[in-house]
Amino acid sequence: MNARAQRRRAAPWGRPTTGDWLWPLAVAVLLLLVWQALVVGFEVPPYLVPSPLTVAQVLVADAALLFTALLNTLWVTLLAFVAATVLGVLVAFTFVQSRAVERALFPYAVLLQVTPIVAIAPLIIIWVQQPTAALVICATLVALFPIIANTTLGLRSVNPGLLAYFRLQRASRWQLLWRLRVPSALPYFFGGLRISSGLALIGAVVAEFVAGTGGTGTGLAYQILQSGYQLNIPRMFAALFLIAVAGVLLFALMAALTRWALAGWHDSEQRVE
Amino acid sequence: MIDALSGALIDAAIDAVTSGAPPAVHLQGAGKTFANGQQALQALDLSVAPGEFVTLLGPSGCGKSTLLRLVAGLLPPSAGRVWLDGMPVAQARHLAYVFQEPTLMPWARVQANVRLPLDLAGVARAEADARVEQALGLVGLAACAQQLPRELSGGMQMRVSIARALVTRPRLLLMDEPFGALDEITRNRLDAELQALWLTHQAGRAPLTVMFVTHSIHEAVFLSQRVLVMAARPGRVVDELRIDEPFPRSAAWRVSPAFGALASRLQDSLLQASEGEPA
Repeated sequence: MNARAQRRRAAPWGRPTTGDWLWPLAVAVLLLLVWQALVVGFEVPPYLVPSPLTVAQVLVADAALLFTALLNTLWVTLLAFVAATVLGVLVAFTFVQSRAVERALFPYAVLLQVTPIVAIAPLIIIWVQQPTAALVICATLVALFPIIANTTLGLRSVNPGLLAYFRLQRASRWQLLWRLRVPSALPYFFGGLRISSGLALIGAVVAEFVAGTGGTGTGLAYQILQSGYQLNIPRMFAALFLIAVAGVLLFALMAALTRWALAGWHDSEQRVE
Repeated sequence: MIDALSGALIDAAIDAVTSGAPPAVHLQGAGKTFANGQQALQALDLSVAPGEFVTLLGPSGCGKSTLLRLVAGLLPPSAGRVWLDGMPVAQARHLAYVFQEPTLMPWARVQANVRLPLDLAGVARAEADARVEQALGLVGLAACAQQLPRELSGGMQMRVSIARALVTRPRLLLMDEPFGALDEITRNRLDAELQALWLTHQAGRAPLTVMFVTHSIHEAVFLSQRVLVMAARPGRVVDELRIDEPFPRSAAWRVSPAFGALASRLQDSLLQASEGEPA
């Protein structure tokens, strides 16, 4: 067996197999069929529960409106996610350099995490005049904590044997950080990314809800609010559908990124046959 | 002819220097008592000659790993002093340490793993790569340079770990039960390979000194020129046995009566040392 074949056999990670998306898809199709049948069969009015077909029609008819809203929400999500990642990693690096700093600041990171964003959002929206910036700040606050917590844990989760080896080789503090702590932290960091990407979307939507009532938002949450006021329930479902799809796609993107970055060296990326 | 003459002169000069050379490892009353009062290693005088292969043999808890860590400078002695090549251990630059686990970086390919000590020391990339190739050749893993550790067997991972130690061209190699986690067949093979490696280094001008920790009597007899038998509670050296069998030692010697006699001699002294102790 040549080395390449051996490598492939020893590391069967990589792209999801057909079964990974075929089965969930089959479940989705089945649920949609049942839903459609129930709505049609019991003649449920669309302002209570619209049928999937109606929602699809609205999705096409209001495409311009809804997809612009989706892009706006995704833009806020992306900015918040990037900000949370950069900030979270910086904070984690600071924590790891000194236990005293971590002890002094960690409670505030927790405070940030446990305070509901809906409670702070109105304040931030009053303070920050620029609407997008206000939304991004809210979403960042929601997405920040998992990055801090996971990256800090990862930077500390170093194999003690390797640590002893690095010490024996008289590695500098910088070498220790860059060559040992950072690679060791990657699996934890990507776990944090996966959680935070979802939270950034939730944060963006929640912030839009709070800000949207002030008439500044044009994101999906604003569309949901407006549809609610107008009893346009099919459009509400369409907007909901887009948020859910965006969330799933974000998750899949993060999973792919993790696979690519850990490229088969980490246990979490090994599949048990 | 001139070359031959100057060669002989250089050899003579080197002999003159090495005969008066300080011991590779020298312990003066060195011992270790931990902060909780537990005496891990009684004060000990020990001298290891340059190029010597010395094995520390004993049950777990006898302080053999502690002794090795004192020599490596991984632990400061609580009493006495440790000298390597006549210098305090803190200044020693030419030692390499092989742990019981391969302790490889799982994210790095074999080549990068072996190059690590050179990277940490700031050796230029081209020279480092050449030395890595040579070291991997020495342990028979030249073809595996681009593989990840998890794609290798336990024995191969241990070979990578040894290549990583050899790549720094150490004069002193400290090995802490390096093959303890391997099956017996693989262990025997790696013992033979280690012996061959050590022998090739004896021909050079800077012989390789090895201090080897094991709890296997057979491994100790097969590899060593000298075996130090250790006992626990408190950790101490209780016996010393020279093994004068010439090198290279064959697989056939492993099953000879002479080998058996040496092994039973070591076993007696281990048993005697642990008499009256709970197992």
